[in-house]
Amino acid sequence: MALLDFANPSRFLRFANTTIPWLSGVTLIVFAFGIDQAMIAPDDYQQGATVKIMFLHVPSAWLGMLAWGVMTVAALGTLVWRHPLADVIAKAAAPIGAAFTLLCLVTGSLWGRPEWGTYWVWDARLTSELILFLLYLGVIALWRTVDDPSRAARAAAILTLVGAIDLPIIKFSVEWWNTLHQGTSVFRLGGSKIYPTILIPLFIMAAAFTLLFFTLLFAAARNEILRRRVRTLQLMQASQVT
Amino acid sequence: MNPLAAILVRDMRIAVRVGGGALMGVLFFLVVVTLTPFAIGPDLALLKRIGPAILWLAALLASLLALDRMFAADHDDGSLDLILMGRAPLELVVAVKGIAHWLTTGLPLVLAAPLIGLFLNLDAPAEAALVLTLLVGTPALTFIGLIGAAIAVTLRRGGLLLAVIVLPLTVPVLIFGVAAANAAVIGPVPFGTPFTILCALTLASLVVGPFAAAAALRQEME
Repeated sequence: MALLDFANPSRFLRFANTTIPWLSGVTLIVFAFGIDQAMIAPDDYQQGATVKIMFLHVPSAWLGMLAWGVMTVAALGTLVWRHPLADVIAKAAAPIGAAFTLLCLVTGSLWGRPEWGTYWVWDARLTSELILFLLYLGVIALWRTVDDPSRAARAAAILTLVGAIDLPIIKFSVEWWNTLHQGTSVFRLGGSKIYPTILIPLFIMAAAFTLLFFTLLFAAARNEILRRRVRTLQLMQASQVT
Repeated sequence: MNPLAAILVRDMRIAVRVGGGALMGVLFFLVVVTLTPFAIGPDLALLKRIGPAILWLAALLASLLALDRMFAADHDDGSLDLILMGRAPLELVVAVKGIAHWLTTGLPLVLAAPLIGLFLNLDAPAEAALVLTLLVGTPALTFIGLIGAAIAVTLRRGGLLLAVIVLPLTVPVLIFGVAAANAAVIGPVPFGTPFTILCALTLASLVVGPFAAAAALRQEME
């Protein structure tokens, strides 16, 4: 089984070392293409050029949720199979997901100022996204409080699983409550409500963001494995001194 | 005696004796509510409008107070190891400890709420709605808090981390608790709508809390 092979950290390091340069290259190319397409996309007849904030806002919102999804799968890997790589992936994904969620909140707020007339409203979608950000900070705080990595992993895994309740709340918040935030417009029955001239650049940007996420995730996981090796070496050295 | 009943009686005894935190929660609740008019001014009309929200927020903070010692104290004196080795299912033991915690910290808050509500100029229907929502909602706060208490059991700075972990998860309870308390007084939604959702949240947390907390305890104590 392929996933089981990566239980050996050295094998994952080899995989990461070969894929990261390729992934970064592809990410750069897709980003260049996506930003170009976003720039030449027509302005909205009502919103003008501010519609282009969406090319950052929507993908970062998706990726903020995808990162928690990856952490949830990794949490199951930690608790059920005791997969050593799952701990590393979960720890590496948390700050990246937090960054995407923050980006989503900031871009949304900058868009909201001209369009809604305010930086922030206590709308269901915005509030649940803010809670996701707070949950990320809680998980990161937990990782930084427990010094033994494998115990921290198990505690963080349980918090991650409980926090996953927020994902469907974010997704359906615009349908359950009558909110200021736009309803579902990209993936819906009966086709997207967005015109292709804007939808296609959006998908390219989403692809670029996803590639960026996995590049950063693999790089952060590699750093984490190396950090753990340094920690083990330090512990071994400390035990020899005494 | 049935082990679960024994744990319930023991936890409640510990809570009400010297060093236990049973009445500390109510005192904290009172102090927080008393401080609020100093911060926003003694405008009775304003206090009446935001009174339910203040009381809910104070109850939320007060129910966090004794939580961090819930499993940590048992871990320190070794009784947690005995509980883990015992034959009673850990999920049920955790649930019973949650019930004991609620009876000693949550229930006194509910009972004190009408009196403290007088300070905030709440009238009788508002008081009744508030007490009802607190009665239904505070168990959810305790049982969500169980998860945080179990995760932070072996940490030295558990209390602070507990608040950071638990508070975001309690947001839905707070929203619907305050919404129901307000609906009874100013509308426009009928009281039943948010109140039923609050009941649902509590029932869900009664199930999710003990299972997640028991899983966390098993992982922590290995």
